[in-house]
Amino acid sequence: MKYIDPHIHMVSRTTDDYQRMAQAGCIAITEPAFWAGFDRSSAQGFYDYFRQLTEYEPKRAAQFGIQHFTWLCINPKEADDPGFAREVVSMIPDFLNSKEQLCGGNVLGIGEIGLNKNTKNELIILEEQIALAETFNQLVLVHTPHLEDKLKGTRLIMDALSASKIDPGRILIDHVEEHTVSEVLDRGFWAGMTLYPDTKVTPQRAADIIEMYGDERIWMNSAGDWGCSDPLAVPKARLEMRRRGHAPTTVDKVTFNNPQQFLSQSPNFLLT
Amino acid sequence: MNENWSFSDALGMNPQTKQQVVDTYFMEHRARLVDIAAYLDRVDRGQGDDPLDFRDVAFRRAVEILLDGQPQRARRVLELFSDHTSELPQSADGMKGAMGAVSLTDGGAA
Repeated sequence: MKYIDPHIHMVSRTTDDYQRMAQAGCIAITEPAFWAGFDRSSAQGFYDYFRQLTEYEPKRAAQFGIQHFTWLCINPKEADDPGFAREVVSMIPDFLNSKEQLCGGNVLGIGEIGLNKNTKNELIILEEQIALAETFNQLVLVHTPHLEDKLKGTRLIMDALSASKIDPGRILIDHVEEHTVSEVLDRGFWAGMTLYPDTKVTPQRAADIIEMYGDERIWMNSAGDWGCSDPLAVPKARLEMRRRGHAPTTVDKVTFNNPQQFLSQSPNFLLT
Repeated sequence: MNENWSFSDALGMNPQTKQQVVDTYFMEHRARLVDIAAYLDRVDRGQGDDPLDFRDVAFRRAVEILLDGQPQRARRVLELFSDHTSELPQSADGMKGAMGAVSLTDGGAA
C-alpha cells in the first residue's frame, strides 16, 4: 500500500517520523506554511522559514524516499497586522518565480490561508492572498478556524473565494467536520479532513463522513505539527476503513488517488 | 447522479450492519460514555457554587441531542458549539484562542 499525507508540518517533527511514515507506506507529503506556535518578530523570519520549506525539508524527506512539496503564505494567526502581513506576502512571488520553481520546484500553491478569529484584518489579508494565487495561477489550500469559530469562518472564507475567479476545483478547504463538509462540497470545492485526537476528526469520524458524503473531492491528512497530533493518522484511518469492510479501491481513492488528482493540477506535483 | 442531488443529502453508505457497528464499537464508546459520566460527577464534586459556565451549559444541551432520536447528531452538536453571530471584530488583538463553545444566549444556536 502507498499513501500521500497532503497536509503535515514536518518542520515540527523529528526525522524518526519520516522513517515511520515511509515504513507505513507514505510516498509523498505536502507541507503548508503555518503558525509555529509563537508569532515571528520579523518578515525575515518568514523568509528563512520559506527557505526551509523549499530547500532543506525536501532533502530530509528524500532520505526516506518521501517526496516533499510545499505551500507558501502568511498564516491567518499572524495575519492580523495587515502591514506586517503584506511585507511577508510580498516575498512569496520570488519563491514562485525562482529558477528552481520554473524548472520544477516543490511549491504547489498558496496555503494554508484562511481565518483564525474571523476578524476584518484577517479577511483583508485572506483576500489579498487569494488575489496572489489568482495572479500566479496557483492552487489554494485553505485553513478553516478552530472549534466554535469554524462554521462562521468557513462560510466567510468560501464567500471570499467565490468572489475571485479561481475555479473552486483548484481550491481545497481543509479541516472540515460534520457541520461544514456538505457546504464545502456543494459549492464545488475540495474538502480535507484533518485527523486529530481531540480537536478535529478521529479516523472513525473521517470514515463516517466518507460514508455519509461519498469519496469524491475529499481527502484526509494528519496535519501533524508541534501540538497533539499523529503523523501516522492517515494509515490509521486506512485501517479503520478496511476494518469496516470498505473496498481497498475506496481506501486508496481517499488516501492516494484523490490527493494525486487534486495536486497534479500543479505542474510541480510530479511523483517519481 | 440526480441533478438535484447535493452533498447536503447524505449518502448514508455504511458497509456494516447495525449489529456489526455495535459489535465493533460498543466497548470503545462505553468507555467514552463512562468518561462523560465521570466528568459530570467531577463537576458536581468540585468545590464552590455551580459555575454557570457557558461551556458547561452548552455541554449539557449537547448531551440532550444524543438521545433526541433525530439524525445527524454529530453535525448538530458541532452546530450547537458554534458561533452564529455575523459581526466581525476588527482585530484579534487580545482575544484568547478557541474555547470550544459559545454562550447559547449570546451567539449560540439556542
